[in-house]
Amino acid sequence: MNNKVLNNRAWLLVLPMLVLVAFSAIIPLMTVVNYSVQDVLGPNARFFTGTEWFHSILNDSALRDAFVRQILFSLTILAIQVPLGIGIALIMPKRGWQASAVLILITLPLLIPWNVVGSIWQIFTRGDIGLMGYGLRELGINYNITRNSGDAWATSIGMDVWHWTPLVAMLCYSGLRSIPEAYYQAARIDRASKWAIFRYIQLPKLTNVLVIAVLLRFMHSFMIYAEHFVLTGGGPGSSTTFLSQSLATMAIGQQDLGPSAAFSIIYFLVILLVSWVFYTTIMHMQKDKNPHGGA
Amino acid sequence: MAEITLKGLAHSYSKTPSSHSDYAIRQMDHVWHQGGAYALLGPSGCGKSTLLNIISGLLEPSEGDVLFDGHRVNELPPEERNIAQVFQFPVIYDTMTVYDNLAFPLRNMNTPEYKVDPKVREIADILDLTPLLSRKAKTPTADEKQKVSMGRGLVRVDVSAILFDEPLTVIEPQLKWKLRRKLKEIHERFNITMIYVTHDQLEASTFADKIAVMYDGQVVQFGTPRELFEKPAHTFVGYFIGSPGMNFLSVSHQAGKVMFGELPLPVNEAVSRSVAAAGSSNIKLGIRPEFITVSNSPEPNSVPIEVVNLQDLGTYSLLSFTLNGQLFKARLPEGHAPVGDAAHAVFSDQHIALYVDEYLVEIGHE
Repeated sequence: MNNKVLNNRAWLLVLPMLVLVAFSAIIPLMTVVNYSVQDVLGPNARFFTGTEWFHSILNDSALRDAFVRQILFSLTILAIQVPLGIGIALIMPKRGWQASAVLILITLPLLIPWNVVGSIWQIFTRGDIGLMGYGLRELGINYNITRNSGDAWATSIGMDVWHWTPLVAMLCYSGLRSIPEAYYQAARIDRASKWAIFRYIQLPKLTNVLVIAVLLRFMHSFMIYAEHFVLTGGGPGSSTTFLSQSLATMAIGQQDLGPSAAFSIIYFLVILLVSWVFYTTIMHMQKDKNPHGGA
Repeated sequence: MAEITLKGLAHSYSKTPSSHSDYAIRQMDHVWHQGGAYALLGPSGCGKSTLLNIISGLLEPSEGDVLFDGHRVNELPPEERNIAQVFQFPVIYDTMTVYDNLAFPLRNMNTPEYKVDPKVREIADILDLTPLLSRKAKTPTADEKQKVSMGRGLVRVDVSAILFDEPLTVIEPQLKWKLRRKLKEIHERFNITMIYVTHDQLEASTFADKIAVMYDGQVVQFGTPRELFEKPAHTFVGYFIGSPGMNFLSVSHQAGKVMFGELPLPVNEAVSRSVAAAGSSNIKLGIRPEFITVSNSPEPNSVPIEVVNLQDLGTYSLLSFTLNGQLFKARLPEGHAPVGDAAHAVFSDQHIALYVDEYLVEIGHE
């Protein structure tokens, strides 16, 4: 037991990994931290500002509004996509060529690049040449996403639902396929109604994939950028300006490196915090279900 | 409560069955009487579970009828047949408590709570689940889970029958015995028809009053455990029931003698006549290991054998020997005199059974 060789040079073995992680995560992140505490005026003119940028970002009412819109957006699309995804998964065919065909059709929106999705919807909703825009106008509905913020919101949400519900549906579908046939047989013998089968067999077995689906969709929707930028450009006014777009305007449009660095860090921390809270809550709930530790 | 009749029943999983081998269940007629405790015994893949699923309605037979009390129920789904089935692996609703699991089938039938409660507690009491009632059904061990599964089958009093599909597979041995006793108890108490699928003859004979032995998609014999042992109607039953199974000798009738290969067998007149009258090339004589006596010196009607080995199994010894190159087993009682390498065996005449084309043919003993 005691013939271990003590040699601190062994730490050098960790070095390659450390270098890799440094380049992939630590250095870029530290650059941002560096900018967030300085005011850079030119190559040789920089001043240390401390937490000033953080204060000003947190007190910026436009950004606060963007934050509230962002939360609202994420919750809305979750509230639509999760039930819709489960619903679609439930009615998808279970076997045969129909199953494969439906699976491919459903996955199609997932294969389209973000800004292409934005362009598709931008054209789709135009009143002069877009199928939906034109159609709605012909029906006598005053629909215009560049003027009416309600229309812009609804279209943004519709676009996200169209693009990402397939992901939720596919996750749920795989979860449903993994339920052994015996459960359904037993339920028929027990005379369970369709609703009871869903409530007591399917939904409990879907919990795990739903946790993944909700986490993925939340993080994703919180960072949404390209599609909306192409579709509405954040307008009309700032009614559909979300966090990522505010950040891009600040960092690239105005070259405000200090404030946008501080903003980035806060943004990152918010996503980290929300994901952590969500994850811990779910894990905690599962523990409560199983108070005896499953020994 | 019902009498279950299978009329001309056959099932094939293929859409266009052409030969015997396409059928999971070959055409059969069978009656399960109300209140009986039955076992369906057979090796894996003989069609036991298929038959069970046809009775419960999970599967629709491709030919023939299933009758409950004379009414055709072929098209009725399980939920309308009022039947309970317990599966090989436990199925529990794990977000519910054990109590709610047991109450589930009753509540699905809109039974008022004041009737649900005593019934659930009664079944929980029988199955020793009372201390677990308020727990989430996720927690119990495998056997507790299976007990919950069984409980859901037993909780409905008015069922036509309860079907068990190898329900004790996941249960540990000591508990198996206990649960089998419980089932028997429940059967006596409620007088419900029970059909119990298993591949274990011991399990079948301790549970059932009558056993249906299935082989290759057919019920080859239906009888009490004693009948199966004493008068196997098919060579498979002889081989499958008993430990070890029956010995078989392929014989022919030549020049007034019963020949086992080149060896004339010293059998009595009645057996010899029956073999001669069989009129088939597939004739077998069966003899249980219990009815072979072995001695060191020649006896009347004995044949010379070569001993392979002798296994001491406590209350009896198992002798393996060869006769004419074929391996046989004989069961020797405790305290039997030691047997040398070359010995002599006598096949007890009145215990020899004759099988023509694998089925039992009565020997006209006079």
